[in-house]
Amino acid sequence: MKPWLALLQPGDWLVVLGGALLVGLSIPMFWQGGLADRAIIRQEGKVFAEVDLRTKRQLEVSGPLGVTLIAVEPGRARVVSDPGPRQYCVRQGWLMRPGEIAICAPNRVSLQIAGRTRVYDSISY
Amino acid sequence: MTRSVTDHESSASPGPQPGVTQLTVSAEDRRVAWLATAAVGLSLIDAAIPSPLPGVKPGLANIVTLVVLMRYGWGTAVWVSVLRVLAGSLLLGHFLAPGFFLSLTGTTLSLLTLGLAMHLPRRWFGPVTLSVFAAFAHIGGQLLLARAWLIPHDGVFLLTPLFAAAALVFGTINGMIAAKLLAESSEDPPCPKPSASP
Repeated sequence: MKPWLALLQPGDWLVVLGGALLVGLSIPMFWQGGLADRAIIRQEGKVFAEVDLRTKRQLEVSGPLGVTLIAVEPGRARVVSDPGPRQYCVRQGWLMRPGEIAICAPNRVSLQIAGRTRVYDSISY
Repeated sequence: MTRSVTDHESSASPGPQPGVTQLTVSAEDRRVAWLATAAVGLSLIDAAIPSPLPGVKPGLANIVTLVVLMRYGWGTAVWVSVLRVLAGSLLLGHFLAPGFFLSLTGTTLSLLTLGLAMHLPRRWFGPVTLSVFAAFAHIGGQLLLARAWLIPHDGVFLLTPLFAAAALVFGTINGMIAAKLLAESSEDPPCPKPSASP
């Protein structure tokens, strides 16, 4: 190991340490809020179900327009079908990051992903 | 790199007939070809190494790029890298596939970075510095292309810490191997390999 370390010049050490710092900083930057572990489904603003994102299951939530079908898989969840006219929440596809949310407004159903820590979608002062 | 010669007498081959365009191969061409061959060989080994995550690869061919850069300059390094990407993708069967463009973008960005980083004072910054910079540029370019084209969703950037960590580790190791090779070859008399003609 000794002869190999001799190949590193002082600046090289700096660059390697700086790189390690950059990698360390990138973790909280890109993995903010930790990993997704729960899906919170709301109907009329009240929590309808809180599902662990480790199992695979489907939920049917009934709202004023009909039934919204939600699929939960390990690490992700999505709205499979919704009676709403514009299908925005369905077209959002899989949600996998904490803080992501799909809102089926006409049927008053929302699906949100939560992690260990709370993520803010906006901050005001 | 290859010049077309019409009225220039080359020493090895019989003189060109008038009006016939003949391509002569310079020593520089031979050297580039040899080095690119070595780089292609290493990228084949690279591809054969199983990886836990697509995109995380040791990038052994970059050792060749680094050695070429330090010994023959940036222009030769560009030639060797571009030939390596082309020939390597042909051999691996992903020429013009997404993997080829990822590879090309990463290589382009890391060559540009190397072009800038090579002007750092050599006393302080050795091949390891260049290698780490190149590795970060490589993965940065690939992530940006992937985001812009292949996976148009910010979810790709979730992999950034993993890719960055891999870039740091492999960049450091490759840089040390390149430094070792450069240190060894500077002790020996100049390497005779490219002079032998096939």
